[in-house]
Amino acid sequence: MLSSRELTPERVSEILTLATELENEDPLERATRLAKRRIALLFYESSTRTRTSFELAAKGLGADTTLVSSLSSSIEKGETLKDTGLTLKALGAEAIILRHPSSGAPWLLERETRLPILNAGDGMHEHPSQALLDLRTVLNHLRPGETHVTAETLAGVTVAITGDILHSRVARSNMILLPRLGARVVFCGPKELLPDLAAQAGPGISVERNFERALGEAQVVIMLRIQAERLAGLQLDLEEYKTGYQLTEARLAAFAPRALVMHPGPIIRGLELTGEVADGPQSAILEQVHHGVAIRMALVYRALTAVGVGA
Amino acid sequence: MSTILIKGGHLIDPASSVDGLRDVVLKDGRVAEIAEPGKSSLGKGKAGPETTIIDAKGLTVAPGLVDIHVHLREPGQGHKETIATGTAAAAAGGFTSVAAMPNTTPANDTPEITRWMQAPERGASVRVFPIGAATRAIKGEVLTDYAALKSAGAVAVTDDGHPILKDSIMREVLINATRQGLSVIQHAEDTRLTGGCSMNAGPTAFRLGLRGMPPEAEYGLVERDIRLVTELSMNGKGDKNGQRPHLHVAHTSTARAVAAVRQARRNGLRVTCEVAPHHFLLTEEHVGAYDTNAKMNPPLRSAADRDAMIQGILDGVVDAIATDHAPHAAFEKEVEFERAPNGITGLESALGLSLRWLHHEWKLPLGRVLSLLSAQPAALLGLRGRGMLAVGSFADVVIFDPGAEWVFRAKDSRSKSKNTPFDGWTMQGRVRWTISEGRVVFQAETVG
Repeated sequence: MLSSRELTPERVSEILTLATELENEDPLERATRLAKRRIALLFYESSTRTRTSFELAAKGLGADTTLVSSLSSSIEKGETLKDTGLTLKALGAEAIILRHPSSGAPWLLERETRLPILNAGDGMHEHPSQALLDLRTVLNHLRPGETHVTAETLAGVTVAITGDILHSRVARSNMILLPRLGARVVFCGPKELLPDLAAQAGPGISVERNFERALGEAQVVIMLRIQAERLAGLQLDLEEYKTGYQLTEARLAAFAPRALVMHPGPIIRGLELTGEVADGPQSAILEQVHHGVAIRMALVYRALTAVGVGA
Repeated sequence: MSTILIKGGHLIDPASSVDGLRDVVLKDGRVAEIAEPGKSSLGKGKAGPETTIIDAKGLTVAPGLVDIHVHLREPGQGHKETIATGTAAAAAGGFTSVAAMPNTTPANDTPEITRWMQAPERGASVRVFPIGAATRAIKGEVLTDYAALKSAGAVAVTDDGHPILKDSIMREVLINATRQGLSVIQHAEDTRLTGGCSMNAGPTAFRLGLRGMPPEAEYGLVERDIRLVTELSMNGKGDKNGQRPHLHVAHTSTARAVAAVRQARRNGLRVTCEVAPHHFLLTEEHVGAYDTNAKMNPPLRSAADRDAMIQGILDGVVDAIATDHAPHAAFEKEVEFERAPNGITGLESALGLSLRWLHHEWKLPLGRVLSLLSAQPAALLGLRGRGMLAVGSFADVVIFDPGAEWVFRAKDSRSKSKNTPFDGWTMQGRVRWTISEGRVVFQAETVG
């Protein structure tokens, strides 16, 4: 799976149902599902949550996994993505889980290897498994027990995504998936991190510069980290940013006292949100991490059992 | 040299406004005669055995095409293209004159390199007109020797992909080029606004997570250059010797850049521009799933910009169609979109695309299309005797079947590289013969 664009409500339902089934399955039984199948994790960027949960997911299904990261591999010596992919394929990999700093890299890898590729984050573009685990978290709170979703499941729900939208692949995957299930996405942030044209990015998306107004509309608040590694020379006044967009206990209490607070991580305490909010009762941040394993088990399983190329 | 009689064809020569059945006699590399059908000195069986007779019945006979913007990659980048392969592709596309950009390795910034590019050892099929670097090593700092470049055969100066940003340097370039009677070609891109960018700025770039080049990076520099030309043109009267600078804007891609050129011309300035087929046919949407064959600089723009290119061609503000033929090896393009080099090939698809779209679809008269591909670009760079078929001009001819539809296949290209977004596109107007200075340099295999 390369993009949230592939996710119709039917597909999402299948994935959510499978995730729950696998999560509830006896671990020994589950480990026979992909016993000794080979899956490569190819990571050109650092990662804690995504890498670990994909690895645990694959291993939970019994697969052999191998991790290739840009440091400590021939990538350092100048090997191209195409050649690294073909090498992994020759080693018996049946699917590749790719994280890469260049937008679109999974498409290149799929074209060149003809293997199922799971996009674990490509540049500023997409992070579809994150969108799915975010969805599972949201459903758990707003529509408990629901695994069958339709275009109306999240009707009436507003999700405020705040912070560094411009550089965020999480924002882009969520802005596609959430409106497909009926939710409204409100992007919030300063112009430098959220261009006006984001409002034209698809149906159900709008831009609100005022954070408190955005909070007031939202049942779900997703906070994003400022991606220092992608700012490309952009100078930001962090104090000004915090004044405008930091999620504090006071703001939360005043404008969104019942909203669910989420964050794809890594969180920077004291910047986009305070430590008290991260650890507070409205926070579902660790719950998101937890859902990652079940979702990724479902994605890995589908990738290796789907008919034809690509999951 | 042999004699060629092209008989029975429909001659279209925009430069002399001929549009009708004519026989054409080529002798010693020049056009010797243009006559009513059967009325030439070689007509009615008077041709001797040394005369090659080309039966052009039902075909269009036109001046060999002129592409003023190609990258032949030599010296130094022979894995992408050589002068031999690039000009073979030109011949297959109906081109008999190509102006080669100086961003080679090393850059063409000396008369030695300029001469080397034109030497017979390069094995060129068609005439190569080198364009000299405007500054040493195209670094935008120290001017090259324009007099020496010109006497070695350079027809213009440019720093092409490394636009000259400093006003003071650009002013100096314009002054010195004007003194030598050379045109200044600018690849208009304010690179201070395009760092790390790999496509056009806008909703598509946002959606794809790619950094975008804002249109103002192009038109901003065009407007700056026109300001400089205005200052140096002394209100259209030229400098004290009556010489006026000629600014040519390469591969125009934004509506505002075309508008700026239009206004400059109304103000009596010598400002010209070219448009590449991909900019009048494709939009940023063609990047699709990160197709590196849709990556070039300037990038594919919005539909509104694309429409402005078509409008500019139809209403005459655009002076030439130029391909920006930019070959890259397959391995160089099989990489992440952001890392892929800019550029696509264009020599073998330009005529077919122009005839299909500009002529058949948008109803630009055939003569106008051919003029944009021959007479106008030749005049623009002062290529005497090129882009026209009058007695005495060079025997550069393209003979094509104007009605033939065919499918362009990148794998069949004569270019060393196959990086084109037009693979599999239907073209109109199949080239049957290309003649360069009296030599047949291309002949279609399926002639029958």
